[in-house]
Amino acid sequence: MTINIDKHGTGPVLDIDHLKVTFATDAGDVYAVKDVSLEVNPGEVVAIVGESGSGKTVTAKTILGLLPETAISSGAVLINGNNVISVSAAKLRQIRGRDVAMVFQEPSTALNPVFTVGWQIAEGIRAHAQGKGGKVSAREAKSRAIEALRKVGIPDPENRVDYYPHQFSGGQKQRVVIAAALALNPGLIVADEPTTALDVTVQAEILQLLRDLRDTYGTSIVLITHNMGVVADLADRVVVMYQGDVVEEATAKVLFAEPKQEYTRKLLAAVPHLGRNSASEGMTTRAHQGGKVLVEAKGLTIEYPGRLGTPAFKAVDGVSFTLSEGEVFGLVGESGSGKTTIGRAIAGLNRTTGGSLKVLDYEMLNLKERTFKPLRKEIGFVFQDPAASFNPQLTIGDCVAEPLIIHSNPTPAQARKRVGELLESVQLPASYADRFPHELSGGQRQRASLARALILNPKLLIADEPTSALDVSVQAVVLELFKDIQAEFGFAALFISHDLAVVDILSHWVGVLYKGKLVEQGLGTQVMGAPQHDYTRRLIASLPVPDPDEQAKRREANRALLAR
Amino acid sequence: MSTPTTVEPAADPRASLFRRLPVISHFNKSVGLQRGMLVAGLVLTSAFVLTAIFAPLLAPYGYAQLSDADGNFPAQEAPGGKHLLGTTVGGYDVLSRVIWGTQTAIMVIVVAVLMSIFIGVILGLVSGYIGGWLDRILVVIADAIYAFPSLLVAIVMAIVISGGQSSLLGGIMAAAISITVVFIPQYFRVIRSETIRLKAEPFVESAKVVGASNIRIMSRHIYKNATRTLPLIFTLNASEAILTMAGLGFLGFGIEPSSAAEWGFDLKQALADTTSGIWWTGVFPGLAMVLTVVGLTLMGESINDLNDPRLRGRKKAASGKGGPDSGAAGAGIQAEVSSS
Amino acid sequence: MTTLIEAPPTDADGLLPSKKKSSGGGLGQYILIRFLLIFPTIFILVTLVFFLMRITGDPITAAMGGRLPPEQLAERITAAGYDRPILVQYFEYLGHLATGNFGTTLSDNRQVTEMLATYGSATLELTINALLVALLVGIPLGMVAAYRRDHAPDAVLRVFAIVCYGTPVFFAGMLLKLTFAVWLGWLPVAGRAKTSSELELTSLQSPTGIYWLDAIRSGNMAALGDVMAHAVLPAVALGLLTAGIFLRLVRTNVIGTLGRDYVEAGRSRGVSEFRLVTKHAYKPALIPIITVMGLQIAVMLGGAVLTETTFEWKGLGFQLATYLTARDFVAVQGIVVLLAVIVAVTNFIVDIVAALIDPRVRY
Repeated sequence: MTINIDKHGTGPVLDIDHLKVTFATDAGDVYAVKDVSLEVNPGEVVAIVGESGSGKTVTAKTILGLLPETAISSGAVLINGNNVISVSAAKLRQIRGRDVAMVFQEPSTALNPVFTVGWQIAEGIRAHAQGKGGKVSAREAKSRAIEALRKVGIPDPENRVDYYPHQFSGGQKQRVVIAAALALNPGLIVADEPTTALDVTVQAEILQLLRDLRDTYGTSIVLITHNMGVVADLADRVVVMYQGDVVEEATAKVLFAEPKQEYTRKLLAAVPHLGRNSASEGMTTRAHQGGKVLVEAKGLTIEYPGRLGTPAFKAVDGVSFTLSEGEVFGLVGESGSGKTTIGRAIAGLNRTTGGSLKVLDYEMLNLKERTFKPLRKEIGFVFQDPAASFNPQLTIGDCVAEPLIIHSNPTPAQARKRVGELLESVQLPASYADRFPHELSGGQRQRASLARALILNPKLLIADEPTSALDVSVQAVVLELFKDIQAEFGFAALFISHDLAVVDILSHWVGVLYKGKLVEQGLGTQVMGAPQHDYTRRLIASLPVPDPDEQAKRREANRALLAR
Repeated sequence: MSTPTTVEPAADPRASLFRRLPVISHFNKSVGLQRGMLVAGLVLTSAFVLTAIFAPLLAPYGYAQLSDADGNFPAQEAPGGKHLLGTTVGGYDVLSRVIWGTQTAIMVIVVAVLMSIFIGVILGLVSGYIGGWLDRILVVIADAIYAFPSLLVAIVMAIVISGGQSSLLGGIMAAAISITVVFIPQYFRVIRSETIRLKAEPFVESAKVVGASNIRIMSRHIYKNATRTLPLIFTLNASEAILTMAGLGFLGFGIEPSSAAEWGFDLKQALADTTSGIWWTGVFPGLAMVLTVVGLTLMGESINDLNDPRLRGRKKAASGKGGPDSGAAGAGIQAEVSSS
Repeated sequence: MTTLIEAPPTDADGLLPSKKKSSGGGLGQYILIRFLLIFPTIFILVTLVFFLMRITGDPITAAMGGRLPPEQLAERITAAGYDRPILVQYFEYLGHLATGNFGTTLSDNRQVTEMLATYGSATLELTINALLVALLVGIPLGMVAAYRRDHAPDAVLRVFAIVCYGTPVFFAGMLLKLTFAVWLGWLPVAGRAKTSSELELTSLQSPTGIYWLDAIRSGNMAALGDVMAHAVLPAVALGLLTAGIFLRLVRTNVIGTLGRDYVEAGRSRGVSEFRLVTKHAYKPALIPIITVMGLQIAVMLGGAVLTETTFEWKGLGFQLATYLTARDFVAVQGIVVLLAVIVAVTNFIVDIVAALIDPRVRY
């Protein structure tokens, strides 16, 4: 197995020297990458971390020459002595796939839905056949595709090579994407957020695969990510980027142990760390019991009707729990677990189909909008995507005031005053009421969203993944704010998230959902510290912690558990 | 991470009113070839509108005029002299009929498109938002009409309304209503699918959660967001309206030549002339029609491209040297850059 | 990040089983349900056309009012049963349609079905010829425009497309006639063939009615040349109209898929730009393209009516125009209903083809 790395010695496989990338946009030129220099040695995993707008993805695309026409780049990106920025289009095509390959963020969009995976892998092999004189036969291309699929652990590759992408699960699709990248044994793989679209248990498998590839074939990896846990799990060396510049560069161990720059320190401090800063720290029994029970689910079942001929899909299956006044209940689970469905059902956005769900003593089975409407002022809702949850045509003030106007018909001055108060309590200037949603940043919008949910002083707040669309540092601020406001207003909250660590920071009581069933509930410290259910154990074991040493130990300890 | 920008506001809602006007804001966004196409469309369309407005001043004769002080017009006279573009077999002045034809065209466009927007938008909003059986029935009917040759629908409607030719107002209304019936399903489909998309948007759900009534949600949250694409459909349908009306005229369901000038009717009359090599009776009304339609379509398509970030070309960054590769790569990068 | 919507979104146009679902009944069920949907479509159109045409009165008055004395008119109305309640007539009409009886024309007293059989093949031939022109011109040029988007070739092609579908088909026909038939004299002015070859071709045993096919089958090369010469201008006039639409359709959809991650993924593996356009982006784009192309069949049939009139191409459209002039609404209704059936069936076939291309439906 030959690897196409520098044949002349052990120089770096990738050498980026004073890279600068500028984009033309409607608002004028944007300097996406200002001055980036870095090297990647053979067999090394270098992580580029940063938040949105840091330029990390642009840097990654530059390595393969994938920038759009509107971008201008200068500096040098050397791969095996070729400067990707200045080589001819034909030469660039030769480099792509053979010297450097890419793994994409979203495996379901990175695979062409109308071609078999084998064909797609073979395309890369065939594209490089001419250079070696003569074509690769279809049979040979296919056998090499099978080989690549076997390398990434796809079972039964001889048959699976003829499958279409939709016949694979999300994690397997990402394996296929990696197989396509490996087809020509490139010396370098650029992985752009390779696990961001995946559930945490699948993420652990993909990270293990990447590690194995490096260990077995000596492939260098440039890992683009925003997730510090992933960095701690996989990277040898870390490059921290902020607004187009490299802020700090160090080995993973050194960076996590002794971050030098202020920005890096802040970033690391903002990362939730499982088992630290738990809201249920020191509790031994469930808090807030004895108060009024606001939400009570008994054997709650929610089914989505199947299309003609297909069976109904059970999103929620026999779930029972209670949520009392003043309590924060954290609901955690992976995609398809039914967590969002439960939240939406409590807010009357989804119909329940079986069992019982009582919200403020109102039975949600056979919900009638007319009779439920008066109770709506007692329920606030914060949506996942702050960009989409505001009407782009209305000002923030109009949006925040809407519940007030619907339920209490205030004068414009009263409404304005109340909106101002609320904005200030979520730490936004009252003057933001006159702005339009797109003029706010993601974190600001999510705070405004919180203000809207709280303007009627509700007894119950449902927050559906409120921080998952936000950058880590922004998430930390919003979580802190949420915690303070909950203490101040005293509402009960159902906090829904896929992130165990985030849930633990806020919730007194935590429930774990798996495929529609509530498999475990208890105090946050108990669930995280001594999980009872097999799935919870696997979930916790899969979650990488932002500390390379601790993570290495956990990985070893959990090897058996994760292998299943 | 960068969140996909779901709703890009058509224009900054606080920019000055002038700069927010559909065409103006698009002009400012456009570059290069796209701007060229937009400008060409604008020029042709304004020429069309201006001709219609000033037809009485521009046309040398009336649309039904057959004689002047010097006596009857000659029939089928070649272009030149007194009749710049010649005369028809019936003795009409071709130039005058071409000019007056713009008025008929514009009247039919305005009436037809306004009626179909009005009805189509209401039906689409209600059907998409309420859903259920009403929605399904409307969809099946709309799809049936939509899939059917629009010219035949227009013919059936023309028979229903007027049983054939008629006066100016009657003829225009007949043509307009026939076209309206053809267009309603289109507006209905567009608005309905927008409504269904918006219904699932968190900002509509958040209005639902706080207890907003259906009427409030439809009028305040969905209506404005769903109708953003209408200027585009308007321009595209305006050109289709002209073509449908001409088709009706060509088949003899147009407006009597004594009631108004109508290009389709003139082309029908000119068809017999072609075999004898008399070209000017058909070519000029035909060209007028093509230029109008091309103008409107260029404008509509440019607006469409500029509204769609995927199709919009952008200015290159400062130093003008292109990236190493062509293609529509990096929409994701664009999103990340513009959201930062 | 991980989950945006975890539940399958409720879908209001849930008449069809989801094309995207891989599980469940799959393709067979999809075809069956799509097939059954033909009938409500036809039923709705038949019903709409029937009632709309009757709002204005009975067909006999429309055709002969003023030309016959009132007593005679009333007599004929009674004889044809047009004085009965409209619902009775409607159900009788439906019954007749079900048995293939479309009625008798008023102006020349022919069975509508017989007329449809006689002229249908001419329209079919014109549509096939035009479709060939449209596909051969529209698809490659659309890909070129997408490949060279925002450059000069793209701009030229887009203006070409707009001129193509912005030109009324009868005006295009008129210009083509003037240029190639009248001035240059290269091609015949009108009709489907010379009288001599027409006689030869119609006297064949079991003719298909599609002249060039009949000429090939009988090995009559002279007739084939003649038929081809007659076919060129109408096919180009109608074909260019549709080619403009196809060009734009291919361009837009290919540009759409060119921006997708999987094309970028192909690019990152060193696949050439040409192949990215013609394979990686084109095939996924084909599914929406084919669906919309199906809808264009309706536009072509509408255009065929005008083209046939322009070139005196004796098909259904030409007849329709003749009957319209004669105010023979029984014949008009017959032709309209037949075209409705053709459109519904074509759209069915097109949807099935689109589904067959999509592996998510096939498996």
